Amino acid sequence: MAGKLVKLLADLKESEAIAFVETALEKGTDAAELLEEAKEGMGIVGQRFSSGEYFIPDLVYSGEILKSVVQLLEPKLKGKQGADTKKLGKVIIATVAGDIHDIGKDLVVFLLDVNGFEVYDLGIDVPVQTIVDKLKETNSPVIGLSGFLTLAFDAMKETIDAIAAAGLRDKVKIMIGGGQIDDQVKNYTGADAYGKDAMEAVKLAKQWIGG
Amino acid sequence: MDKKWEQMTADERQEAMFARWASPKDGQGNDIKFNSPEAEKLFKERCARVKDAIQLKKTPDRVPVWITPSMWPINYAGYKVREAITDYPKVAEAWKKFVLDFDPDMHMGCVGPGSAPFYEKMDYKLFAWAGQGVGDDSSYQAIEGEYMKEDEYDDLIDDPTDFFIHKYLPRVFGVLNPAFSMMPTFTSILEIYGVPLNFIPFALPPVQQAFQAMAEAGAEAMKWAGVAFGFGDEMAAAGYPAMLAGFSKVPFDALGDTLRGMKGVLMDMYRRPEKVLKAVERLTPIMIKMGVNTAKATGFPLIFIPLHKGADSFMSEEQFKKFYWPGFKALIEGLVDGGCIPMPWVEGSWGSRLKIMKDIPKGKTLWMFDQQDMKKAKDIMGSVACIGGNMQSSTIGLGTVDEVKEQTKKLIDACAKGGGYIMCNGAFFDHAKPENLKAMVDVTKEYGVYK
Repeated sequence: MAGKLVKLLADLKESEAIAFVETALEKGTDAAELLEEAKEGMGIVGQRFSSGEYFIPDLVYSGEILKSVVQLLEPKLKGKQGADTKKLGKVIIATVAGDIHDIGKDLVVFLLDVNGFEVYDLGIDVPVQTIVDKLKETNSPVIGLSGFLTLAFDAMKETIDAIAAAGLRDKVKIMIGGGQIDDQVKNYTGADAYGKDAMEAVKLAKQWIGG
Repeated sequence: MDKKWEQMTADERQEAMFARWASPKDGQGNDIKFNSPEAEKLFKERCARVKDAIQLKKTPDRVPVWITPSMWPINYAGYKVREAITDYPKVAEAWKKFVLDFDPDMHMGCVGPGSAPFYEKMDYKLFAWAGQGVGDDSSYQAIEGEYMKEDEYDDLIDDPTDFFIHKYLPRVFGVLNPAFSMMPTFTSILEIYGVPLNFIPFALPPVQQAFQAMAEAGAEAMKWAGVAFGFGDEMAAAGYPAMLAGFSKVPFDALGDTLRGMKGVLMDMYRRPEKVLKAVERLTPIMIKMGVNTAKATGFPLIFIPLHKGADSFMSEEQFKKFYWPGFKALIEGLVDGGCIPMPWVEGSWGSRLKIMKDIPKGKTLWMFDQQDMKKAKDIMGSVACIGGNMQSSTIGLGTVDEVKEQTKKLIDACAKGGGYIMCNGAFFDHAKPENLKAMVDVTKEYGVYK
């Protein structure tokens, strides 16, 4: 039976996955084990997305299925959380000040998370200082800044300038992304790289942090 | 007398619509008085240039050039967005300066920035605007949500207007909650029996308060629209046609952007695909009517259709063909039948969809691209449709004048052969260097001449 949940999640079988977890819990299967399987399934979803087999709706749907599965597992997991999987490294993600778009940012957070990174999601319209403070607090080696509107060009630049002014620029790699972002915007803002899509954020983080 | 509209073919309707476009009228239906014979000549030349580019029958005299900003003209005129969208003449003044300084072939009107007092009087929830949810100098931004719940598809499909009155409108306008949920079902008002009962809600305080608020918001809307329409008349008199009649939406986007939100509609494709398809089918004639009616009212043929949730990465090709394209194609065909020119505003990347979307009537649509290999777009769609856009936000916002000049020439080389191309920026922008916009226009006027 081992591996069944991995496949159900990877293949986006919502009702079957939920029914499977319910039955398995009734039979006394270890919740932590099921959670590991679910996570493995999510890893496969991420791979299929990066290979072009899956698209954004598949990712979002897999997230919804995982949420339902975790809800079932949670009561049985209490006190058993010790076996935390080792994280690859920390990444701070934020949509910059003035911009409230979250779809792209949420995808990046999701993919970094299923790929094993410890993600600090600061949300949308994040003030420059909040990002600098979080950087100081976590010593995160990577930051991703998101923005959909052209006003984000300046907000990204101001954020990166503030990180430099705080003396932290050489301690962190900065990636940017969003609808109108390209190489020219990367140069303007002083970021280290930009990503065309959410998977590139994972590639960049892996390249910078390793893993 | 001309043939009656109902008896005309789609081709005749389109010609009639283009003819009305080239003979502008004011709000009272009187002919616009041009500022000079030169202005009149320019106006008609500009309409003809764009018409020729769209119809693919005859090569225009040169590549038309447009600029479609978001809030940028407000800043260019020295104002903050918040002050301009509360003091409408500032928007009109800013747009006028923008059009006169850069001299594009057409203008897109100054309706876009909107009216903050109106939104605030109605307590509008679907967007954030300068000073309300986003900064004082920001463009508006959408706040997607599940304004239609997952179990309400049948209500929408059964009677869309009734659904909008009772469920959708009270959710997106705070002042209509709970008043509109208390409204009668208007189609039940049939015969004398019990008719008065339907009117009881109008005696109730929440409903009366809502109608009072709507009266005030309506007055604000009229004040705002008066300025915007006045701007249109003034620009027409100066020789600049308005490019757009109004807008409509691809049925799937109406469902996704407005009613269910991104996550909601994407999940529905898995959980209740049949309902999504039925809703798309139900919304299609409504979206067609919306476009055709605006075109008839304004006398302009172009209907703006911002494309959102069918982009390359937003769904698989299979999902695009099943959920997005059928409603989109029907919308295009319906608008064309009504004499309109559908103008899909292709936001983001849609390269993988081109081969599907080229299945449309020839010479009756205009596709404005944001991020797109334009050579490829010309190869795939050029024989059936006019294309445009693609000057990147980064180039006009951060590039040098030389880079803009070079890019303008590149686009003309890739797309303009034989007609069927309109030079334009690719996405609405708030960030630009004035000299770059000027360069895009000037180079097009020089380099884009057909010999």
